[in-house]
Amino acid sequence: MTLIHLAILLPVIAAIGIGVLYRYYRRIHLGWFVLPVPLLIVIYLFTLIPRVMNGQVIYETMQFMPRIGMNFDVYIDGLGLLFAILISGIGALVVLYSIGYLSTKENLGNFYVYLLMFMTAMLGIVLNDNVVMLYLFWELTSISSFLLIAFWNTRDRSLYGALKSMIITMFGGFLMLGGFITLYLITDTFSIRGMIDALPMIQESPLTPFAIVLILFGAFTKSAQFPFYIWLPDAMEAPTPVSAYLHSATMVKAGIYLVARFTPLFAFSNLWVWTILIVGLFTMTWASFNAIRKDDLKAVLAFSTVSQLGLIMSLLGLGALSLATGANDELFTVAVVAAVFHTINHATFKGALFMITGIVDHETGTRSMKRLGGLLTIMPISFTMTVITALSMAGLPPFNGFLSKELFLEAMITVLNADFGAMASVDFLIPLVAIVGSIFTFIYSILIIYGIFFGERTHNTPKEPHEAPALMLISPAILSLLVIVFGLFPNILSATIIDPAAMSIMASDAPLGTHLAMWHGFANPALWATIAIVIIGSVMFYFKDKWMFIYDYHKEAFTLNYLYDQGLMYSRIGSQKITDGYMTGYIRNYLVYIFGFFILMGLITLMNTGLHMDFSNFASVGIQEVILSLIVLIATAVILITRSRMVAIIMLGSIGFSMALFFVFFRAPDLALTQLAIETVTTALFLVCFYHLPKKSRHEERMRFKFTNFIISLGVGVLAIVIGLSAFSNRLFEPISEFHIENVYDLAAGGNMVNVILVDFRGFDTLFETFVFAIAGIGIYGLMKLKLKRKDEDNEEHAEESRI
Amino acid sequence: MELITIIISGILIGSSVYLMLSKSLIRIIIGTALLSHGVHLMLLTMGELKRGNVPVLDPEVSNYTDPLPQAMILTAIVIAFALTAFILVLALRMYKEIGTDNVEEMKGVPHDD
Amino acid sequence: MKSTLKKAGYNKVQKQVHDVFLQFTAKVVFFIIILFAFKLFFAGHYTPGGGFVGGLLAAAAIILLLIAFDQKTVEKVIPIDFRLLIAVGLAFAAVLPTLSFFFGTPFFTHQHTYVNVPVFGEVALHSAVIFDIGVFLTVAGSALLMIKLIAEEDA
Repeated sequence: MTLIHLAILLPVIAAIGIGVLYRYYRRIHLGWFVLPVPLLIVIYLFTLIPRVMNGQVIYETMQFMPRIGMNFDVYIDGLGLLFAILISGIGALVVLYSIGYLSTKENLGNFYVYLLMFMTAMLGIVLNDNVVMLYLFWELTSISSFLLIAFWNTRDRSLYGALKSMIITMFGGFLMLGGFITLYLITDTFSIRGMIDALPMIQESPLTPFAIVLILFGAFTKSAQFPFYIWLPDAMEAPTPVSAYLHSATMVKAGIYLVARFTPLFAFSNLWVWTILIVGLFTMTWASFNAIRKDDLKAVLAFSTVSQLGLIMSLLGLGALSLATGANDELFTVAVVAAVFHTINHATFKGALFMITGIVDHETGTRSMKRLGGLLTIMPISFTMTVITALSMAGLPPFNGFLSKELFLEAMITVLNADFGAMASVDFLIPLVAIVGSIFTFIYSILIIYGIFFGERTHNTPKEPHEAPALMLISPAILSLLVIVFGLFPNILSATIIDPAAMSIMASDAPLGTHLAMWHGFANPALWATIAIVIIGSVMFYFKDKWMFIYDYHKEAFTLNYLYDQGLMYSRIGSQKITDGYMTGYIRNYLVYIFGFFILMGLITLMNTGLHMDFSNFASVGIQEVILSLIVLIATAVILITRSRMVAIIMLGSIGFSMALFFVFFRAPDLALTQLAIETVTTALFLVCFYHLPKKSRHEERMRFKFTNFIISLGVGVLAIVIGLSAFSNRLFEPISEFHIENVYDLAAGGNMVNVILVDFRGFDTLFETFVFAIAGIGIYGLMKLKLKRKDEDNEEHAEESRI
Repeated sequence: MELITIIISGILIGSSVYLMLSKSLIRIIIGTALLSHGVHLMLLTMGELKRGNVPVLDPEVSNYTDPLPQAMILTAIVIAFALTAFILVLALRMYKEIGTDNVEEMKGVPHDD
Repeated sequence: MKSTLKKAGYNKVQKQVHDVFLQFTAKVVFFIIILFAFKLFFAGHYTPGGGFVGGLLAAAAIILLLIAFDQKTVEKVIPIDFRLLIAVGLAFAAVLPTLSFFFGTPFFTHQHTYVNVPVFGEVALHSAVIFDIGVFLTVAGSALLMIKLIAEEDA
């Protein structure tokens, strides 16, 4: 347990305190108490930058479950540190923003506890070396995202979106775990660094493509790549601070992180490279194309997020591509640097844009572009920030988006010069698709600015719009400032953060010495591409109404959402049909299944192993034991025959007391005592219950019914005897009770072995048994005290149900 | 002796299954109680009967009976009691709410979708 | 409890045994049983006995009181909420094993020592007793709660 572990776990630890605090103290907005947590973490992480800059890595381990190789190994290199700073930095801003956004009437306790839980989960993902722990945190992000999307849990859309995001991301996460286990089978380690050391084994193994596909499923579902992006637009039902934080800046970048982290491992594989490149590029273009027709501001931003994630993904693919084909080292570097830089930039401008959307929503009461417009004079500060961030997203100077976009275009265009063998004839498609995607990105960026702030005022907003309070403006203002600062002085980032991160993606030690600049001269093709994008984009924006009809060809039945909904519905209907097939509602049928299966398995096992019985090793039989056995047998027979419940209970009691006597004869005094006490209490229990139960203890049963029951019980009884005899005759291992007998005094300082086993050697059993006993008591309390009010006027349906 | 106890526990288990398959709630409850008796006897037999001394430390004795099955049976006895009590009360409430103790007449609420 | 039995058709029994006899016997036997229960409980580590038997016997003793007297009297004599008893018992049983973390030993490691008490001589102190107290309280509390609830159901 070091300071780093503590930093990762700090949000969760704080969450406990926050939850308790909220229970008792509500005068001050809870967010103020949460704010120090991410601030502390980000300050701590900044102190690590100098060490990481110099090429050091920080590695601390904490034993968690060493037996299965699951340890909390914190590993900080450039890549992890970059993401960790993003997570905690944006986290601090989002918490600050949420103080203004969420009123104290909301259930703030839940909100901040989920948010802090998410923070730990996310830090755990990016600062981890152990893939099993990584998976654990990965699923924790899915869970906290689910809880946060469903924060307003009375809205149907929220629940739908939450469920959808959870189903899709958990599906991917589960497949990813399969990929990790496959990697473990190949390399025999769960450590990512260990896997990189075992690279030759991975290159040779036939299982590698399998692992690649599974891990990509995890990355693509989390980072909302085609065709899994459908959850992200629906996740926008979450409160806006959550959208800004989880669904644009951090959680969706976990997939990016995963791909970046595994690039050194899989870059040799064509499958990995081409899948990422093609999926990324297609996602980018498809999502930006779809973003334009959306009316809801957050939906536009959601599709834009998907598109930008596709862009980063394709850059990582391109970077790996040049390594795979050995084509161009330069290209590789440019692409990776662009990916890292764009990750930072996207977090800044998209986070700010989401916050501004939240402000607009908060102040006007709507997010629909049709109802907004002409807010320029009313919300000048928001307008300024929107212009800065949206133009940065569009890739215009002098903002940071321009720099990374230009690197992106440069990398894509350089593909033309590289020699990719068989793919050479179609390689012109790569820059083409990239430019088309960028044009649409430009259009929707302009659309956001234009739709909110220009045009006629509709006067159709639920609230009278006015500028937001300062508290809500601080966070987007800081981010907008960063957009400009990173745009004008990009080199404050290049040596400190970008280079170390890019180096760890490429797994190289050589310093890159990246120098980012606005101006590369007229010879730079990326410049001309940008100019072309701006011109074509402006023209298309101007004639927007002329070509918007193409969206009408988009039929509902062919969308992925439709597919998802139908798939979910039919899988539910199908599973219900199967379940209804054997769940008849009669308890006897279930018991017949259980016992029938028991007999079947017993017979199969017997047929496979054969019978080995040894009748030589039996103890002598005393006369008193024979009498006792006879009593038990007679009592059992009487229970089976009798119609009187009283006789049955007395006979059951007599069997119980005979058991106690058996325990005495067989030298088990503890058992005898317990059995006597239990039998007394049980009998008392039966007697008090009888007043309420019917007098008759049997119902008429037909012969056929009885016969089936008899056959089944005979089978079970005989099988039990056979199992007992063969188990008694065959001792495969020495009994472990020797250990207990020998150490009962030395280790536990006791004399009564049975009791020492109960409270010491096998204390766990006793602990949980106590729990079972208490649960039974509480359950009975619930049964007796909980009475449905029947024939209640308000409660007619419930009464109906309970009567059936 | 072990042969006898194993057969007795087999008979107890078989009869309890027969009782559990019948229609009346009370017989089902008696069946579960009987089942636990059968299983306890079986477990105790597995530790070999009447071979050693009472498993309480005694400086003059060197061989003890196996204490482990006894500890397990002790746990099982108590849990069996909790279970019996619980289903007894469940049956009681059931009878009060529904008015029958015949399991054939009890069927889950049919779901609508 | 008594009224339950009466309604269940035990009127004759009730008439034959005079209340005074039953109550007097119960008063005496109650203490014998409860003392025996504590004896079994404390001796459990060295001779047969332990938390389970102790708890059950203690419960049985109180059930005897319930049979002899009525519920109100018993509640007056023993003013304990059995639900609370379960909670306290669970807390004892669950907290003790975790305490061993403070001693740097694995979960569920017990500590024991011997102390010289003037009159009794050497007495063994064992942390397992605390765990056993938890078992005792939970078992007794649950068993009593069950019986009491069913007996109350006189509607």
